[in-house]
Amino acid sequence: MFNWLRDHGVIERNLILMGVLTLITVSIGGLVQIVPLFAVETTIERVSGVRPYTPLEQAGRDIYVREGCYLCHSQMIRPFRDELERYGHYSLAAESMYDHPFQWGSKRTGPDLARVGGRYSDDWHAAHLRSPRAVVPASVMPPYAFLDRPLDARDIQDRMRALRVTGVPYTDDMIANAAADLRAQASPDVDASGFQGRYARARQGAFDGDPGVVTEMDALVAYLQMLGTLVDFRDVTPAQLRQQP
Amino acid sequence: MAAATATAALAPGQALGVREVGYVEAPIRAFAVITAFWGVVGFLAGVVIASQLAFPLLNLDLEWTTFGRLRPLHTSAVIFAFGGNALLGTSLYVVQRTCRARLFGGEEAGWFLFWGYNFFIVMAALGYVLGITQGKEYAEPEWYVDLWLTFVWVAYLIIFGGTIIKREEPHIYVANWFYLAFIITIAMLHIGNNISIPVSLGSSQSYSAPAGVQGAMIQWWYGHNAVGFFLTAGFLAMMYYFIPKQANRPVYSYRLSIVHFWTLIFLYIWAGPHHLHYTALPDWAQVLGMVFSVMLWMPSWGGMINGLMTLSGAWDKLRTNAALRFSVTAVGFYGMSTFEGPVMSIRAVNGLSHYTDWTIGHVHSGAMGWVGFITFGALYYLFPALWKKKGVWSEKLIAWHFWLATLGIVFYITAMWVSGIMQGLMWRAYDELGFLQYSFVETVEAMHPYYVIRMLGGVLYLSGMLIMAFNLWKTVTSSEAAEPEPVPSSAIAVAAE
Repeated sequence: MFNWLRDHGVIERNLILMGVLTLITVSIGGLVQIVPLFAVETTIERVSGVRPYTPLEQAGRDIYVREGCYLCHSQMIRPFRDELERYGHYSLAAESMYDHPFQWGSKRTGPDLARVGGRYSDDWHAAHLRSPRAVVPASVMPPYAFLDRPLDARDIQDRMRALRVTGVPYTDDMIANAAADLRAQASPDVDASGFQGRYARARQGAFDGDPGVVTEMDALVAYLQMLGTLVDFRDVTPAQLRQQP
Repeated sequence: MAAATATAALAPGQALGVREVGYVEAPIRAFAVITAFWGVVGFLAGVVIASQLAFPLLNLDLEWTTFGRLRPLHTSAVIFAFGGNALLGTSLYVVQRTCRARLFGGEEAGWFLFWGYNFFIVMAALGYVLGITQGKEYAEPEWYVDLWLTFVWVAYLIIFGGTIIKREEPHIYVANWFYLAFIITIAMLHIGNNISIPVSLGSSQSYSAPAGVQGAMIQWWYGHNAVGFFLTAGFLAMMYYFIPKQANRPVYSYRLSIVHFWTLIFLYIWAGPHHLHYTALPDWAQVLGMVFSVMLWMPSWGGMINGLMTLSGAWDKLRTNAALRFSVTAVGFYGMSTFEGPVMSIRAVNGLSHYTDWTIGHVHSGAMGWVGFITFGALYYLFPALWKKKGVWSEKLIAWHFWLATLGIVFYITAMWVSGIMQGLMWRAYDELGFLQYSFVETVEAMHPYYVIRMLGGVLYLSGMLIMAFNLWKTVTSSEAAEPEPVPSSAIAVAAE
């Protein structure tokens, strides 16, 4: 007869057996939950407009990660009435498909930023980042005036190449022109038709108010200003939003 | 030298078997000391960032001292530095005694783990302050630090497993099952969640291999099981050794240990998606996460019952043994937070609690109440044991520590319950005309008094820790030396039953 106490005694006497059984036991849940998500056609909604970040936006995103913005700001709007009114359409998986790493966040000490792009002016963002309480008196956000320093993006091509390895569809053309595109986006007066062709709906601007030097502030504001703007929800049908096959 | 002291403390009948053993102790003493040190650092960092939320001027206008850079410093200092050193140190102590075997690799192996692991901590912490981070919660260290930890961790598995293989006892004691599951699963999670592409070999920066929704699922598979296996399984191992030791009673139920162990490790892994309710993660995964999180309540309470009932017939010791009081209260907090967790994992509840301070409060009742208290109990046991003293220098100071820390936790978690639920309700409040009633910043303003109370709770908890550090220091320097006494082996007898 099966005697589970006696049989468990066998496991308790054998380290390798116990280790292997443990590894199998702890592997099952993860495999079931993670592997199917890579079947992209059932996980990522079929909407158009999502593109890789421009070099300046990606540099800004790297600053967002570096400063730990995700610790207080989420980028994931839930499908609730109040969140729709406060932040806009709920976030799609497609909208973060080029986010390495994802920055959905887990805490809203400050508001969600998934669709903050275009809600405020560039000047507002720069002023708010330099001194949050000058703009929002009750804010508890740290000041980021130190971002008014030149952006060090000498390795921007390496960064884009690394991202390409992870699956972001940067073309050779995009990587070859990375430095020029980065400058062009931060200089509103430069003709940048090539840049516009490579990155649809990318906006040029003197994001920090000074077109002379490309600063970390330029990069971060450029990133914030494009968040949630790539998908045009007027063109989206309910069928495209379904995550089932 | 260590062998000679160990032998001196033996009963005649056991001398032969153990003279050959000669437990490794010096690196474990170092682990015990640094656990207390990182405790002070981690709790202080917590008080600092809690103060920053109440008084943002304390961000000091410097890039290295913003909340965003210090928060990972706090979480890593408490989880990986304080908790991690407690786990490594106690596991090396427990595995030798429950196997009656000298540490595999000897003194040098112990020292390698000590320096290797703490080098990881320092490298990670320096990175955070300088802005070097992967940007994933509780997995912030960059690729080069991750590689180093992987190396140290594999060595840890070999040293721990090697000691078990050398054992004199026929059975592997239940505490070691939990330590083993902790070591194996953390290796799996750490490697799984840190697959990334460095920008270049000379760059500290990397990009995680998965993006968006897959990245989120993998991160919370890791993140929740850092809770499940680092902060739970490992500390349950401490419960299964130190509570029977302190109470001088065998573990309540051997059968329950078996059921508890396998169900806990099987179910925990599934719970990750409850961090992603109502997000872009497909619904089927969210529902799986919720269902398994609720089921997880059962093995968690099975473990709690096994720990608490170990005291049957010895409850009076709670009055006289202040260290045991910490261990037992820890199990109480464990029961409380493992009930709160499944409740919060229900989607309807999570819709309110997610993104608010309620989550922060929940984590802290687990971290301060369970992880902190079980570690304090173990340290109060270990210091006299490792330094061959009769007892801790002052029982009275342990009692002070206990009450300050308990009061601190109560301040902390009640403030976070109120602020979390209040903020969640304010976000979804509508006025009579059907407009959102509060702007976001009004909800931030409403948090202020609770942030101050939370900070005070942290100050109380930190004060308790400082008292402990003083008490342990006095124990080492001035307590009376222990009388030679037989090595008790009651805990081992249970597994062999």
